[in-house]
Amino acid sequence: MATYSTNEFKSGLKIMLDGDPYAVVENEFVKPGKGQAFNRVKVRNLKTNRVIERTFKSGDTVEGADVVDVELQYLYNDGEYWHFMDQQSFEQVTADANAVSNAAQWLKEEAICQVTLWNGVPLSVAPPNFVIMTIVETDPGLRGDTSGGGGKPATLETGAVVRVPLFVQSGEVIKVDTRTGEYVSRVKE
Amino acid sequence: MPANSLLPILRLRAQLLAQIRAFFAARGVLEVETPLLSAAATTDPHLASFATVYSGPGPRYGQPLYLHTSPEFPMKRLLAAGSGCIYQIARVLRDGEAGHRHNPEFTLLEWYRVGFDHHRLMNEVADLVTELLANRLPLTEPEWLSYWELFERHLGLDPHQATVVELAAVAERQGVSIPPRMPVQEVDPWLDLLLTHCLEPYLGQGRLCFVYDYPASQAALARLRPGNPLVGERFELYLNGIELANGFHELGDAVEQRRRFAAENATRQMRGLPVMPLDENLLAALESGLPDCAGVALGFDRLVMLAAGKETLAEVLAFPFEQA
Repeated sequence: MATYSTNEFKSGLKIMLDGDPYAVVENEFVKPGKGQAFNRVKVRNLKTNRVIERTFKSGDTVEGADVVDVELQYLYNDGEYWHFMDQQSFEQVTADANAVSNAAQWLKEEAICQVTLWNGVPLSVAPPNFVIMTIVETDPGLRGDTSGGGGKPATLETGAVVRVPLFVQSGEVIKVDTRTGEYVSRVKE
Repeated sequence: MPANSLLPILRLRAQLLAQIRAFFAARGVLEVETPLLSAAATTDPHLASFATVYSGPGPRYGQPLYLHTSPEFPMKRLLAAGSGCIYQIARVLRDGEAGHRHNPEFTLLEWYRVGFDHHRLMNEVADLVTELLANRLPLTEPEWLSYWELFERHLGLDPHQATVVELAAVAERQGVSIPPRMPVQEVDPWLDLLLTHCLEPYLGQGRLCFVYDYPASQAALARLRPGNPLVGERFELYLNGIELANGFHELGDAVEQRRRFAAENATRQMRGLPVMPLDENLLAALESGLPDCAGVALGFDRLVMLAAGKETLAEVLAFPFEQA
């Protein structure tokens, strides 16, 4: 893997610190009137998402992290791991609960996800921005209410719960924005 | 920067420059200009000079030339030649320095006062900055601290005696992230770490704060004052946590200056940095006799930033580096 000088640090650069992959968030150059310059760098741990501050002597080098974002197709969950496939090479990777995290509730088979790989192993999974899902359970709404005001919880086929307008019924198919977890519209089948 | 927010900044810069020129005219200090390009460069291991090559005509054909990081050396040559008190408003360049408070090219106000020591010059710096910031940034009475007092008061350690182990322990206690590969022999990088992380951001809140009498090892162009401890007659000015100026009671001893340049070049060699050609013209001028004087360099853009109530240098430059 390449090494990077602090002079090359910019937001988004992936580096290794204490054996963990990090992304540079912010890089601030500080220098006394005369003397040693430092870079005060905010970095985000790509495993825990925690942001910490680290100081480097200006010009020092750090090892890069082999972190890439790839588009993979979600295949299935075996109860413990989530399986994804590269649609070009047909290579499969498995992600653990830590990597899938909140994305799990939006994963429907065949969905194309953005998976962040570190040394080939998934660090995190981002579901598609919009998903189409069937409502498996929701309270019967008031007949004639088409305003959408108020709303009620609805459980989707993956177990995710979203607020839907009162007129939306069990068995209907809806579109959801996974970034906000909000109902967008009904989908005609 | 949109034109409507740029114009007030351009006006402020012009007003401040005019006030500076009036200040020095009233005190009989002569404005000078010296070359930006030189065959010699600073040996300071913490300063990186931009380099270029002259393609002729003339005897300097094909010769590498350096863009100055400050106009100090040629100004001292003028002093040695009998110029008397001089000042210069110079564009200077420093490679590898960019951030909220750094731009690789910036404006330095540098001046020299014959017959002044660093204390008398600090008073003049206070006069000038107070005048320039009047009606722009309210200031209370200046604060004066020796480098020793600064460390003793805020970190409870003696910067002239402390060992690397002691400095590292204080840094740890202060929650400073210790950079990898910090030297185990030299104390200065550790003092700089504490200064930049634990002290500077708090210096000069709402008032000028002068720090003076630095460790001898941190004052390569300053006179040393024998005593216990041995200190370099150097000072720094801070305002609202921002370093504004650096000054010296100037070293006039050519032999000692050559020794320090050589030591800095040796440090450069050790760190794999380019060894710089010594300014033989400066050394010859010192040999011929530099009048007893003190000099200071003040970051004009930072002063504008403070006067304008801005947080970053980019906000007070017509075109910051990324847009140049």
